[in-house]
Amino acid sequence: MHETTQLLIEVGALLLVLSVLGRIASRFGFSAIPLYLLAGLAIGEGGFLPFDASEEFFEVGSQIGVILLLTMLGLEYSAEELVSNLKKSRISGILDGVFNALPGALFAILLGWEPTAVVALAGITWVSSSGVIAKVVRDLGRLGNRETPTILSILVMEDLAMAFYLPVLSALVIGAGLLQGAFTVAIAVAVVLLILYVALRHGRVLSRLLPDKNAEALLLGVVGLTMLVAGLAERVSVSAAVGAFLVGIAISGPVARQSAQLITPLRDLFAAVFFVFFGISTAPGDIVPVLLPAAALAVITIATKTLSGYLAAKRAGIATAGRWRTGLALTPRGEFSIVIAGLAVGAGVEPMLAPLAAAYVLMTIVAGPLLARIPDSKWFKARVRKASGTPPPLATAPA
Amino acid sequence: MGVRIERIDLPGFGIRNDVITKSGCRVSVVSLRSGERDLAFFNADDPDSNAASISLSDDEAAAIAEVLGSSLTLSRLSVLGEKVEGLFFEEISLPGGSGFVGHPMGYMKARTLTSASIVAIARGSDVLPSPGPEVVFESGDVIVAVGTRKGLDALGKLINNGPS
Repeated sequence: MHETTQLLIEVGALLLVLSVLGRIASRFGFSAIPLYLLAGLAIGEGGFLPFDASEEFFEVGSQIGVILLLTMLGLEYSAEELVSNLKKSRISGILDGVFNALPGALFAILLGWEPTAVVALAGITWVSSSGVIAKVVRDLGRLGNRETPTILSILVMEDLAMAFYLPVLSALVIGAGLLQGAFTVAIAVAVVLLILYVALRHGRVLSRLLPDKNAEALLLGVVGLTMLVAGLAERVSVSAAVGAFLVGIAISGPVARQSAQLITPLRDLFAAVFFVFFGISTAPGDIVPVLLPAAALAVITIATKTLSGYLAAKRAGIATAGRWRTGLALTPRGEFSIVIAGLAVGAGVEPMLAPLAAAYVLMTIVAGPLLARIPDSKWFKARVRKASGTPPPLATAPA
Repeated sequence: MGVRIERIDLPGFGIRNDVITKSGCRVSVVSLRSGERDLAFFNADDPDSNAASISLSDDEAAAIAEVLGSSLTLSRLSVLGEKVEGLFFEEISLPGGSGFVGHPMGYMKARTLTSASIVAIARGSDVLPSPGPEVVFESGDVIVAVGTRKGLDALGKLINNGPS
């Protein structure tokens, strides 16, 4: 059979399967990411179905997926929101980083991994999944809750921290010497700061360059600009993902809102390809031996994430029940952890990292949204009331 | 006057406006960037969470705003209605694509045909009291009329059926 024909059949069949999986996930109200990962594990090398012709397509598609995931993330925040969050919640952000990156780093050291893998695992356990958590908060009707701004600002802080973390990781992955590595990191950080400054001060100029009246021209303009900047960022070792994120932040106002609408379906398509590709490039046989370590890591970092979220809510003056809601809602890790693992694995760091990250993300992304529901249960509310010593309400309002 | 409104940013989602009532209750209006909005109510049991959160469509939000806005006028009118035996007032919204939209009120000949009187028109957050025959109807207008039961029923039919 012709190569292209085979590719069409493979990609088409897989996308149809993903569509069914996505429907199942939304039916039961959870994220489709774990199912996409499992689908990826099932195919490709070591899986049940070998997919040869489309491997290259998935590889390129997954890179576009990462770029679009981060552009959309950037588009969702304005530069002003980032700065005001930085002022308001830097302590909670630092606590979140220390409490959740350290356990990952220590775990990797315990396993005897090399420094690059240590930094990668620290990132994987640190960052919560903005996508999954935003969906959980919305689904549970908690947008009006007083603790929700605290949850969202921690997500913003993590995303902003990633703009500095990813270039450092990519410099390490390249495996430059100590001096050259420090130099690369310095350049990377300078470039990030420069782009952030331009986004803050002159974001309107960039937005004005893009045509907001013509949907087709705007879509091509934004995707083109993002891929160009991502490529250039990669060239100076800043990582394509960060370049894309910064372009997203730099675009503001009505152009940002319109671009977000145009890019969302594209992002959904390529992000799914990205998760599948991560599954494809991980051999399912390697997952079994890391199941126990992954479970241990998941339990530890779910606990530390709950604690750091609890403390952040306490700092914001939220009562006990709301602190638990904050902590437990923040536990799922997702797209960013996979992005980090993908970046490290692509360069051939620590063979155990990919299966461990896959198992870890699968566990937290399934457990997290379930844990987030606990504070709504009757026994939990009763426990909190008893612990805080307040009497039960006299007249219960009809629900 | 002097109602306290707190504005809170929800990064990635939109903004939340809290109205704190005199009795200490909190009503939140969450405006999402996608254009949707939620209405959330304070939970006496756990002040950080909301007891109920309701998603409203554009039309539903507009309808609630209209009811709240025009209830002031109506509560004054209802006092009148109770005083005078046999006289009723009614609020009739003009259907969106009604044939009366864009025509002056005189064209409807409401009083001649039904003997009910149009005493006010609620338009968005404004109320036009005692409109003259030259006032032109707009889409979304709510007509406030006074008359006998029979007259108001006839007016309702006239407004809903449009010009013959």
